[in-house]
Amino acid sequence: MKRILLGAGLGMAAALALTAPAQAAKTLVYCSEGSPENFNPMLNTTGTSFDVALPVYNNLVQFEHGGTKVVPGLAESWTISDDGLVYTFKLRAGAKWHSNADFKPTRDANADDVIFSFERQWKADSPYHKVSGGAYDYFNDMAMPKLLKSIEKVDDLTVKFTLNAVEAPFLANLAMPFAPIMSAEYAAMLLKKGTPEKLDQVPIGTGPFQFVAYQKDAVVRYKAFEQYWGGKQPLDNLVFAITPDAAVRLAKLKANECQVMPYPNPADIEAMKKDTSILVQEQEGLNVGYVSFNVTKKPFDDVRVRRAVSMAMDKKAIVAAVYQAAGVPAKNPIPPTMWSYNDAIEDYPYDIERAKKLLADAGYPNGFETDLWAMPVQRPYNPNAKRVAEMMQADLAKVGVKAKIVQYEWGEYRKRMQQGEHQMGMLGWTGDNGDPDNFLYTLLGCEAARPGGNNLSKWCNKEFDDLVVQAKRTTDIAARTKLYEQSQVIFKEEAPWYTIAHSVVYMGLAKNVVGYKMDPFGVHRFEGVDLK
Amino acid sequence: MLRFILTRVSLVIPTFLGITFLTFILIRLVPGDPIEVRVGERGIAPERLAAFRHELGLDQPLWQQFLDYVGHVLSGDFGLSLITHNPVLSEFVTLFPATLELALCAMLFATLIGLPAGILAAVKRGSLFDHGVMGASLTGYSMPIFWWGLLLILFFSVALGWTPVSGRLDLVYYVEPVTGFMLIDTLMAGDYDAFRSALSHLILPTIVLGTVPLAVVARMTRSAMLEVLGEDYIRTARAKGLADRRVIGMHALRNALIPVVTVIGLQVGTLLGGAILTETIFSWPGVGKWLIESINRRDYPALQGGVLLIATSVILVNLLVDVLYGVLNPRIRHAR
Repeated sequence: MKRILLGAGLGMAAALALTAPAQAAKTLVYCSEGSPENFNPMLNTTGTSFDVALPVYNNLVQFEHGGTKVVPGLAESWTISDDGLVYTFKLRAGAKWHSNADFKPTRDANADDVIFSFERQWKADSPYHKVSGGAYDYFNDMAMPKLLKSIEKVDDLTVKFTLNAVEAPFLANLAMPFAPIMSAEYAAMLLKKGTPEKLDQVPIGTGPFQFVAYQKDAVVRYKAFEQYWGGKQPLDNLVFAITPDAAVRLAKLKANECQVMPYPNPADIEAMKKDTSILVQEQEGLNVGYVSFNVTKKPFDDVRVRRAVSMAMDKKAIVAAVYQAAGVPAKNPIPPTMWSYNDAIEDYPYDIERAKKLLADAGYPNGFETDLWAMPVQRPYNPNAKRVAEMMQADLAKVGVKAKIVQYEWGEYRKRMQQGEHQMGMLGWTGDNGDPDNFLYTLLGCEAARPGGNNLSKWCNKEFDDLVVQAKRTTDIAARTKLYEQSQVIFKEEAPWYTIAHSVVYMGLAKNVVGYKMDPFGVHRFEGVDLK
Repeated sequence: MLRFILTRVSLVIPTFLGITFLTFILIRLVPGDPIEVRVGERGIAPERLAAFRHELGLDQPLWQQFLDYVGHVLSGDFGLSLITHNPVLSEFVTLFPATLELALCAMLFATLIGLPAGILAAVKRGSLFDHGVMGASLTGYSMPIFWWGLLLILFFSVALGWTPVSGRLDLVYYVEPVTGFMLIDTLMAGDYDAFRSALSHLILPTIVLGTVPLAVVARMTRSAMLEVLGEDYIRTARAKGLADRRVIGMHALRNALIPVVTVIGLQVGTLLGGAILTETIFSWPGVGKWLIESINRRDYPALQGGVLLIATSVILVNLLVDVLYGVLNPRIRHAR
């Protein structure tokens, strides 16, 4: 027994020697809201899991800090061929890989790493394709398998992507969390050792922070990467303290146990704003909650009915009552933080008399009966669909429209809505790549109006569709902006949706945090952040 | 004695099967499967959905899935988590010590305060102290854990700054887990500051988790004591002229302890159940928090394995209690 204890004691002493004293250094603690699934964003779909990988990795291109514009990442420049089909990326020379106890890189990031990272998700014969479950949801959602024709190494620092069709949002797709560049050398080493899944658990990247340790469900630790191509970070250490309860996160922020906290309780926001020891940042989320009118079903095949119903519901009251501080009324299908948002558009006013008149014109002077679907779950763009539905139901009764609230289990709900079984139904969308195409074409284009598609209203308007398809095939941003602005005008006139709200997201920060910018995609980035 | 233990153990097998079956069915009755929960509103192409379901074996008939699962469990294989793709058993083993450490502290807290309080209340029946203990334990028993936890945090951690808000250890310390028990690991590392930090992190969660058992233990001890104190042999002991301390400590307490031990044993289940809430409030990286995540993400293997393993520990504790009975009361062990 004594011997065992002695052995353990020696082991401990060794472990202690490895313990890094973190006190003197600049350490920022982020009270994250949940545990990551793993450290590979290719495999994940949640912001919580993206957050833990973001400090470690670079993509070829990335979104500018706090915006949706695409800027250079591991690729310092790129060219697009005149036909829009070939993207050639010039990689940064001398971008260093992180290292850990098991892995010491022998080379800088190069074209092989880029090819490895995409082929893992794309090619079934990649030795890593099936590792860790192999669900590359975003890669598939963004239609990458259909889009990619080939990825070739031109030289060590040049990679050429060839597409099957012109797709302007392609560049933005590459900046999404699902497309990090991983070390092919590290992957090969792990494969040889027989532990390929470690690639997804002990990440090696080229990013600003190096992964140190993860204690399951408790703490993720990073340290600044000295040789980062963008220069060493102002912070020395970054720590994620996993704190699932929002009230406790706030308590931790107040007690200075952490310096940044996401997702406060909406009820606490007023008090937080008054608290002089805390900074509160807010931003509209990259999302929209809406009611879809199924235009293939009576009476919503008539635009007058859609407009009348839009005027019969008191949006301001709904947002104030259900979203409280966490939402703003929406007038367009894309959120205000997105480029090409058409602010000149005027929303339908809340006007019961005009609504009644329009209904009478359409042949429904006494109203009609309809269903009104409400999601059974809380979503970022709609905190309580049932409550919203009840308020709408009450408003609609005033113009003689009897709405019956319908609910299904979440998976079933989505499937039936996509089949177009509803007359009126709520859903929403959170943006993926910051491109208007991701809302306007994905949710309102004719291609998506097929049964099972994401165009829930099954609304196929030739004029609108021509605009968004043309915008997809144009790589010039200014020209695309014009097309999207115009498409939003048609959308409003035709009213296939009643746009409800965009969420407003809040962050609590300690007073000494500088340089933190909220990200429109809802992820949390700490590059460039400092403590005063 | 051995036969007694063997009979007890043999009763455990159907319990295990029952629990396995129940968790298996219950999680599948919850709408939404792991893939649909993951994809949210964007949906998934039917052929991809079918491929994933096939890979996870979810396209098999339920009875087939159940038999496969039981077969694997019997060979010690609890499967891989659908979310992290780590073995369920290794995740459980990593997290369980945190839960156990907290539960033991809470039990200790409940027993050390509840037992003497119950005895005193019984001895001084009808006194102010008695009413005070009974009133406090009724309050404690009805306390909503979430509210109670937040209240303590806001008062002791935020307003007074005496205790840390949440977590197991201050973030400036990094102690390599050996046993998984933070108090032991920090001591083994010889880092007394870290030990103090671990101890201070335990205070509030211990109180919160220990409140309900404390109330139960105090009430149970009181009523058991009262019953015993009314027995003839106590009157005889007093008539013999024994000192009060000896009557209560030797004659009454030992007999009163039997139902109390039962209750303490049963509280283990309550503690592990309560741990789910307590762990969430105090960001305690234990199995409770992990199970909640597993339910939300419909991580079938993790949930099934986790519940089964927790049930195993509850059953083991109950077995231990049964054996302890035998030690305390020879009549029980000879009855069979």
